Amino acid sequence: MLGAIGVDSVDELFADIPESVRLDREIDLPPGLSEQEVHDHLAALAARNRHADAEVSFLGAGMYDHYVPALIDNLLSRSEFLTPYTPYQPEISQGGLQVMFEFQTAISELTGMPVSNASVYEGPSAVAAAGYLAKLQTRRTKLVASRGLHPHSRAALRTHAVGYGMSVEEVPLTGKGATDIEALAAAIDDDTAAVFVQQPNFLGTVEELGELAKAGGGTGALVVCAADPLALGILKPPGEQGVDICVGEGQTLGNRLDFGGPSFGFFAASERFLRKMPGRIAGETRDVEGKRGFVLTLQTREQHIRRDKATHNICTAQALNALAGVVYLSWLGKRGLVELAELMLRRTHHARESLGLDAINPGPVVREFAVRVPDLDGLFERARAERVNPGYRLGRDYPEYEDGLLVAITERRTREDIERLARLVGERAGVAA
Amino acid sequence: MAEASYPEDLKYHAEHDWARIDGDQATFGITWYAQDALGEVVFFDPPEVGTQVSKDQAYAEVESVKAVSDVFAPLSGEIVEVNEALADSPENINADPYGDGWMVKVRLSDTSEVDALMDVAAYRELL
Amino acid sequence: MSAGSGRAAAEGERPLDPRAGDEAVTIFERSSSGRRAFVAPALDVPEVPVAELLPASQLREQPAELPEISEPELVRHYVMLSSKNFHLDEGFYPLGSCTMKHNPKLHERVAALPGHARLHPLQDPEYAQGALELMWRLQNALSEIAGLPHVSLQPSAGSHGELAGLLLTRAYHEDRGERKTKVLTPDTAHGTNPATVTMAGYEVVKVGTADDGGVDLDDLRAKATDEVACLMLTNPNTLGLFDRNIEEIARIVHDAGATLYYDGANLNAIMGVARPGDMGFDIVHYNLHKTFTQPHGGGGPGAGPIAVSDRIEQFLPTPQVLRRGGDNGAGRFVLDDDRPKSIGKLRGFHGNFGVFVRSYAYIRSLGADGLKDASEVAVLNANYLKARLAEEGIGEYLPIAFDRTCMHEFVLSGRGAKEKLGVRTLDIAKRMLDHGVHPPTVYFPLLVAEALMIEPTETETKERLDGFADVVRAILEEAAADPEIARNAPYTTPVRRLDEAAAAKQPVVRWRPAA
Repeated sequence: MLGAIGVDSVDELFADIPESVRLDREIDLPPGLSEQEVHDHLAALAARNRHADAEVSFLGAGMYDHYVPALIDNLLSRSEFLTPYTPYQPEISQGGLQVMFEFQTAISELTGMPVSNASVYEGPSAVAAAGYLAKLQTRRTKLVASRGLHPHSRAALRTHAVGYGMSVEEVPLTGKGATDIEALAAAIDDDTAAVFVQQPNFLGTVEELGELAKAGGGTGALVVCAADPLALGILKPPGEQGVDICVGEGQTLGNRLDFGGPSFGFFAASERFLRKMPGRIAGETRDVEGKRGFVLTLQTREQHIRRDKATHNICTAQALNALAGVVYLSWLGKRGLVELAELMLRRTHHARESLGLDAINPGPVVREFAVRVPDLDGLFERARAERVNPGYRLGRDYPEYEDGLLVAITERRTREDIERLARLVGERAGVAA
Repeated sequence: MAEASYPEDLKYHAEHDWARIDGDQATFGITWYAQDALGEVVFFDPPEVGTQVSKDQAYAEVESVKAVSDVFAPLSGEIVEVNEALADSPENINADPYGDGWMVKVRLSDTSEVDALMDVAAYRELL
Repeated sequence: MSAGSGRAAAEGERPLDPRAGDEAVTIFERSSSGRRAFVAPALDVPEVPVAELLPASQLREQPAELPEISEPELVRHYVMLSSKNFHLDEGFYPLGSCTMKHNPKLHERVAALPGHARLHPLQDPEYAQGALELMWRLQNALSEIAGLPHVSLQPSAGSHGELAGLLLTRAYHEDRGERKTKVLTPDTAHGTNPATVTMAGYEVVKVGTADDGGVDLDDLRAKATDEVACLMLTNPNTLGLFDRNIEEIARIVHDAGATLYYDGANLNAIMGVARPGDMGFDIVHYNLHKTFTQPHGGGGPGAGPIAVSDRIEQFLPTPQVLRRGGDNGAGRFVLDDDRPKSIGKLRGFHGNFGVFVRSYAYIRSLGADGLKDASEVAVLNANYLKARLAEEGIGEYLPIAFDRTCMHEFVLSGRGAKEKLGVRTLDIAKRMLDHGVHPPTVYFPLLVAEALMIEPTETETKERLDGFADVVRAILEEAAADPEIARNAPYTTPVRRLDEAAAAKQPVVRWRPAA
């Protein structure tokens, strides 16, 4: 090969790199290992993590322990889905492009929004992306976000807003853990580009979304709702309640916990925002012989064509995770999604009643609720010893709920699990169960 | 339009736009060269009637599948009419760039600017 | 559908693809009312009516129109779709700037270990020490590879890393009371760079390319004013060329008070050979789905960690993975969010951990020696293929854009084929589909007319490279005899050329039930 190139050594091929920047030693890393050794090393690391099968977990707060069916592992491991690049040559990517089209359809159905893209990274950055669309659309400078939004979503919005040249104002929750609608209406003005609410909100409260949308959209601001996709199985879709953009975290749709990623974000909107949406969009068309097919469409929005005027800088997104999402929704099916959501709803209600604790948000909830726990430290100590994880400590993000616990009930938490948690809660030091 | 064509009665701008002068009004569009470079036009979103345009400034964008191009105003003035038909049939810009592919009609603010434009011979030389 | 479609079959054409006959049917159209795959677990709590548990205003009236399908049909549908994808495990995939190297299969096994896959991101760090240690070790390895001390794994992809880099730059300058409004990018830059500049609130200023393919130093000097926050570069650049003037570039940029940002898309060329930190870069992003074998998944997931110099460290996103106490590995790993000057969070939780697992496994598999070997072979393979494609019968139609030693990729111009044979780069790419190879990146960078950007990667054998050269030669020979064949290609794929104009004019982006 060197002969064909016309050099005597591989070293000559690096001649353009000045000596002064050449690395004159080896990289300071151990030498390579065999597959077996790498496997054993990674397995040893994994063994030091207490995962969701090693404890009874009520931990939610944005990612949830739902059951992922075996067929998803099976399909996602196929080389044909796992190893190709973004479908720039549509003739040989009809599988991936049709998956995107089906995914877009499923998200549109769930959210009630007419158009969806083929995925963004995850939930909180999807919220930030909605802020960018609002900036491009309205040219206004203020963003208003309910404190009911996931803390990471509010944080991501703030971080991105610095680049957008926009400010973020937060609207408080009421004493019942729902967005304060009067405060929301008071916070918006002619310079508000978008208003953000979450459904259900971070505490698990089912918000009065239609009312919030009306109050928030008063001055021409876009109404953005971050929604939980499984809860949308039984909740009225944002698209039917005056919401302009619906985004959200897709982990609950057939994706792993994976210590926080990769999952996917979804981004759906009203038709009038189609040409301002971020990311890939698959469209249906015909080929030269009249056969039905799919292509990436409206690419002029994207960075590889529009460059500095692109609707977003996103390139690689979360295609494989979105595949898991649409397969999962198809596996659940039209009735199955409703059944699953109703099961969660009933178990969550039962759990809240069983625990008998002071509710931070006593109103309707679907999969998660917040309660006040006297001696939270004591509860965690007892629970850990029994390999139970009681949930998320709210005080970290909401100083006003210092003794607050966020408890998540998925379809994997049985009645038995709930009773166990109730017993642990009741077992306060010196107090009989 | 399959063959390159540059009508004699038009004035041309270096950014491949044309102007048809009619007293104190002018019609603007893009030349055969521009539409050929773009490929099949799929989207044109005109500015609103009443918008002010300035000579040598971009006043709109035209899109094909794989490219976006600015459309430049050869002359300054106020937009009095836009070609609404292009919303449904943007391909008119390719098929008939000087006729059905017209983009906007402008009431000129300074007719002396016309002198700075090229005639067809000068534009042909530029290409 | 016949491969010939009215013309004689051409030599070298693949046999008719049996997949080609299926007319596309979406999963929704395979629905049949009442069918199901999912069975819900038994209800073991009181069956309280839904209407008592949710307010009427928020009750969904009509269920979402999701498919109703059995598991066997569901599986068949997606398996059938998968058969319509060309993929890396099937054949040569020389997409420039994408680094389509082999995805080791071990990685799926270790990523699926429950300790990784079933771990909640908010698990008490005391019970996630394995995960935090993995992240910490990956950070250290990435830091060593790029030559910059501080790493954040948080960004979800290269673009996200770029945004992080510019937000860090902004925070750095604002902390010093300096106001900057512009960011420089070369005219050969990948589209994500200028898109990121706008999202970060700066104005793009383009820097020209010199005759040797590197940055035009005079143009850079003229544009590197005190309004400039940053120069975004990749080295080697998108032409596959190493910019020999990198130290002078760094000097010019730093003298102007700006940061120097490294787009890590092309890192595969220099691992173990040179490091961006040593070249003077302040901020680097890595593409774990390029250099570090995270499978592309048809468009993600990926990850875009960043590494920064000391002066940028305090602004890094929160939380940071740190090790506290104990020099001999006895320390504890923590998520530190006590970072008052941090730019905050770019996303939820800690980043794409599943991607970290795979990349870490790769780095441990190759080790210091293997990583350097990977880059050396990547560069060797690219130069060899470049030499093969310069041979008579190919080179005169696809001349090299810049005639220099390339690094891991190179750019050819299809202008020779266009002028002499009447076939464009697009046509050549489409005809390659019939030959069972993926085309290179086409029409990028914009600087080169009818560009073909070719990156073979180090995991391809000499036989594969020779085979690709043969394919290119065959296509050009065929075009010389009859250009119409390539102009109407492909013939043997599940669909032929698609009407992208119609898809853009009248976008149909979801299936709708019949009215």
